[in-house]
Amino acid sequence: MTAPVQSTAPGEIGSARKRSEDARLITGRTQWTDNIQLPGMCHVAFLRSPYAHARITRVDVEAAKGQPGVIAVFSGQDFADEQGSLPCAWPVTEDIIIPAHPALAVSEVRHVGEAVACVVARDRYAAADALESIDVDYEPLEPVLDMEEALREGSPVVHSEHGTNRSYQWVFENGDLDAAFRDAPVVLERRYVQQRLIPAAMEPRAVVCEPFGDEFRLWSATQIPHVLRVMLAMVTGIAEHQIRVIAPDVGGGFGSKLQVYAEEVLCLLLARRLGRPVKWTESRSEGTMATHHGRDQIQRLTLAAERDGRIRGLKVDLLADMGAYLMLVTPGIPLLGAFMFNGIYKMDAYSFTCTGVFTTKTPTDAYRGAGRPEATYAIERLMDELAAEVGLDPIEVRRRNWIRHEEFPYDTIAGLTYDSGNYEAATERAQILFEYDRLRAEQADRRDRGDPVQLGIGVSTFTEMCGLAPSRVLGSLSYGAGGWEHASVRMLPTGKVEVVTGSSAHGQGHETAWAQIAADALGVPFEDIRVLHGDTQVAPKGMDTYGSRSLAVGGIALHNACLKVVDKARTVAAHLLEAAEQDIEFEGGRFSVRGVRDQAKTMQEVALAVFAAHDLPDGVEPSLDSDATFDPDDFSFPHGTHLCAAEVDTETGFVRLRSYVAVDDVGKVVNPLIVEGQVHGGLAQGIAQALYEEAVYDEAGNLTTTTLADYLVPSAADLPAFTTDRTESPATTNPLGVKGVGEAGTIASTPAVVNAIVDALRPHGVHDVPMPCTPERVWLAITQGAGGGLGSTSGGNP
Amino acid sequence: MIPAQFGYVRPESVDEAVASLAEAGEDAKVLAGGQSLLPLMRLRLAYPEALIDLDRVAELRGVRDDGDALFIGAMTTHHDVVRDPLVHAHAPLLAQATATVADPAVRHRGTFGGSLVHADPAGDLPAVTLALDAVFVARSPRGIREIPAADFFVDLLTSALEPDELLTGVRVPKLGEGWGCHYEKFHRTAQAWAIVGVACAVRRSNGTVAEARIALTNMASRPVRAHAVETAVAGGPVSLDAFRSAAGAAAEGTDPPADLHGSAEYRRHLARVLTARALATAAGAP
Repeated sequence: MTAPVQSTAPGEIGSARKRSEDARLITGRTQWTDNIQLPGMCHVAFLRSPYAHARITRVDVEAAKGQPGVIAVFSGQDFADEQGSLPCAWPVTEDIIIPAHPALAVSEVRHVGEAVACVVARDRYAAADALESIDVDYEPLEPVLDMEEALREGSPVVHSEHGTNRSYQWVFENGDLDAAFRDAPVVLERRYVQQRLIPAAMEPRAVVCEPFGDEFRLWSATQIPHVLRVMLAMVTGIAEHQIRVIAPDVGGGFGSKLQVYAEEVLCLLLARRLGRPVKWTESRSEGTMATHHGRDQIQRLTLAAERDGRIRGLKVDLLADMGAYLMLVTPGIPLLGAFMFNGIYKMDAYSFTCTGVFTTKTPTDAYRGAGRPEATYAIERLMDELAAEVGLDPIEVRRRNWIRHEEFPYDTIAGLTYDSGNYEAATERAQILFEYDRLRAEQADRRDRGDPVQLGIGVSTFTEMCGLAPSRVLGSLSYGAGGWEHASVRMLPTGKVEVVTGSSAHGQGHETAWAQIAADALGVPFEDIRVLHGDTQVAPKGMDTYGSRSLAVGGIALHNACLKVVDKARTVAAHLLEAAEQDIEFEGGRFSVRGVRDQAKTMQEVALAVFAAHDLPDGVEPSLDSDATFDPDDFSFPHGTHLCAAEVDTETGFVRLRSYVAVDDVGKVVNPLIVEGQVHGGLAQGIAQALYEEAVYDEAGNLTTTTLADYLVPSAADLPAFTTDRTESPATTNPLGVKGVGEAGTIASTPAVVNAIVDALRPHGVHDVPMPCTPERVWLAITQGAGGGLGSTSGGNP
Repeated sequence: MIPAQFGYVRPESVDEAVASLAEAGEDAKVLAGGQSLLPLMRLRLAYPEALIDLDRVAELRGVRDDGDALFIGAMTTHHDVVRDPLVHAHAPLLAQATATVADPAVRHRGTFGGSLVHADPAGDLPAVTLALDAVFVARSPRGIREIPAADFFVDLLTSALEPDELLTGVRVPKLGEGWGCHYEKFHRTAQAWAIVGVACAVRRSNGTVAEARIALTNMASRPVRAHAVETAVAGGPVSLDAFRSAAGAAAEGTDPPADLHGSAEYRRHLARVLTARALATAAGAP
């Protein structure tokens, strides 16, 4: 299953090309949505609720209408009949509560930052000024901020018409739990909190909408132009074929732009009502409240094991904060973790229960990893706790439980089939690069000396399910769409190639990687290929970009489309070479007759001949263009071993990451440089959850982390130099052997860091530090001992 | 966010700037590097009616030797302070602390005088000027006024400047022979403000501490001198144990804020630990 990684590949695939899109992205000499200027364009600003929960009793927009430069001012009432309800496409259970979600609040607001009115003005400044003249009367209602309290009898209710804050409960169970837990020699109970995170993509959201004839052109900084088009049609009733959605260059999303937002719906409705183009660009502070958040779970975990460290069973009970409304895939996000709490380990029984809870906070939804980081954190933290409990090295306890490489394909207790992997190889490589034994010796030495700076080693042997997704599986999970992806290839007369993909990049480097795939399959130079994406008129079919799906699904669609082009070209080449088709060989872009290498037609020559169409075989249509739609049979299961060394200053609680080794196995690699970039960025984001980031609400329900001074996003200066390497277990479920890599680093790194901190402090009686592990929290854990000082995240150790 | 409308004046000399400020009245603000003021305006937490932009007042930039002190022009950027040879030679504590301010982009725009007048207790430079007994020089239509650092910082975001006064520069006494110094900044990320900072200068003589000056960042609504610690270490040995013992008094007289990054109790604890460390580094304690 596992081959050593080859440093040089013969073709484009495997080549560490620099990304061809970067020059324009880095210099900004390109089209971001906010750069778009249209004749007569006006600017939109939204007035947002300062209350977590309140009834709107009056909205007076008259004074604002008279402000200089103002064209129109609207309240929710003005759109009540046409704005519909923002969509939730993932009703995870039959009895799920999906509350109405008006784009512009009409009678009640349910989180700070919810839009209640909007101003359309000649420029951004006039729009912002006029907001201050809108007068809204609110009748404050009780905020709902704590999930556990929200479920108690008598709690204030976010959506009073539904009478409960429980949106749904979803259950999965496999194996004999009673047998697994009865008389188990070791039972660990833990409570971990996945704090709420703010995605904070570099480019804020922006929307431009232009009425154009009987069509609406809508540009949006979105990850999902295709899904957005369908949803805008369904929400507003405007016919789908009259909506064209364009995602120009998009500066990051991390899931936060996998959404159908109020501002997108309203810009469309405003353009229709006013008959002129409108633009809205989010400010950073506005985005912290109006763009969806991620994570926010309380995890109650019970693990049963033998004294020798072998796991018997695992019970997972989650509370997942939905926020105030269910957005596009809000309720499904925690369920993406349902199949991952078992990690890479074998066990006899497993249960998972997730309760979705409404609170008066910004809605949650996909954020890099989406459900899998939460699950991976839980199991990888538990494995370290188990190791401590039974007195084993954390790597050894994992070794005793993980799926051995000869056992693939492996049907897990959570009902998935892992196609390939080699946890032994990745772990061995990581230990060597990390100098594991040397660091363990240093740790012992520091403990002996009572050094104020203690050293901890964190282990994370993760896997994840990505490449979303087999359509039939999505169907069985009540998801509202399929998981296929589409690609088409246009052979131009001069031998150049246009590749069209439905998977639109927002920073991932598709334009480079897709050209590499097509170059190898078609035998044309990399430079002769142009990749088109992100416009529903140019790339008419697509399921877009999220869930580390682009390469494992969209890349395969492209590969298959290219093979169709080659097949068509082979027929024409055989005709031109006056040979039988079965005697034609295709290599390096040349069709030749077997055994007669000097008689050949290049792909470009064939393309020109097909364009001219003067001399084609009978019945052959004059086009090489092809398309393909790929629906995977299974998810993709990248894995890896991450090791983190953290120095913890026991006098101040400050944590310094000293070294970090990530050995990832993402199957075959198209571009090692892009993979490394994804891993680095992913690590930074996962480390950020462990150490820095948290969306904090005060007791009134105000978000207090509305600037990057309060919401700490780390920079390169705060992170160690990462050591990255790979092992290679090709995926067996797609012809390129590739797996997803977009989320792996984020998923793996959070538990590696927290495990390292706890490992450093175990002699101080610490067995948990709540995330983010701020210096103060680390210091409190040390001074109060046993990690229970904060009382919020750890159950007892029976 | 988008700032509200404001008037804008761009004088080219100090005289012109002082006149503009007097004319604009109390609701005008002086714009130096804009690294603090502009974010406040964009968040609509500040609504100045007019900005007096000092960017073109060349005479406010630069460091010059002023005998037993350095005179640092108010519009000298952090970047220029960090690179200035006179600052390195005579006020290394200032160079050290300035190098920790925010990030390179901010240090290229942000100015020495601007960050002092902003009087943010979490800013790094107020404590440095307090520790070094710097003197602030202000101009107004009424003339020149000199204000000792101990009197300059009045309260949260409030300096002793009158509305018509313009800070032209700061006189920073030179440290002579035998002085060592250190700025100990504790923050969660490299770009973040100090949770606590300790500006420390120590003069050694014959193996003992002859004199120590210690000022704390973000331990009250303005920078505070740790006089009790200064007194406790004076005349004592250069040793970490002695410094730890003396630093037990570091939080005396402080009134630290509580925020997302730390409680008041945690800040007091940090002040004690970091003061001992700052003393040890400044004094070269073994």
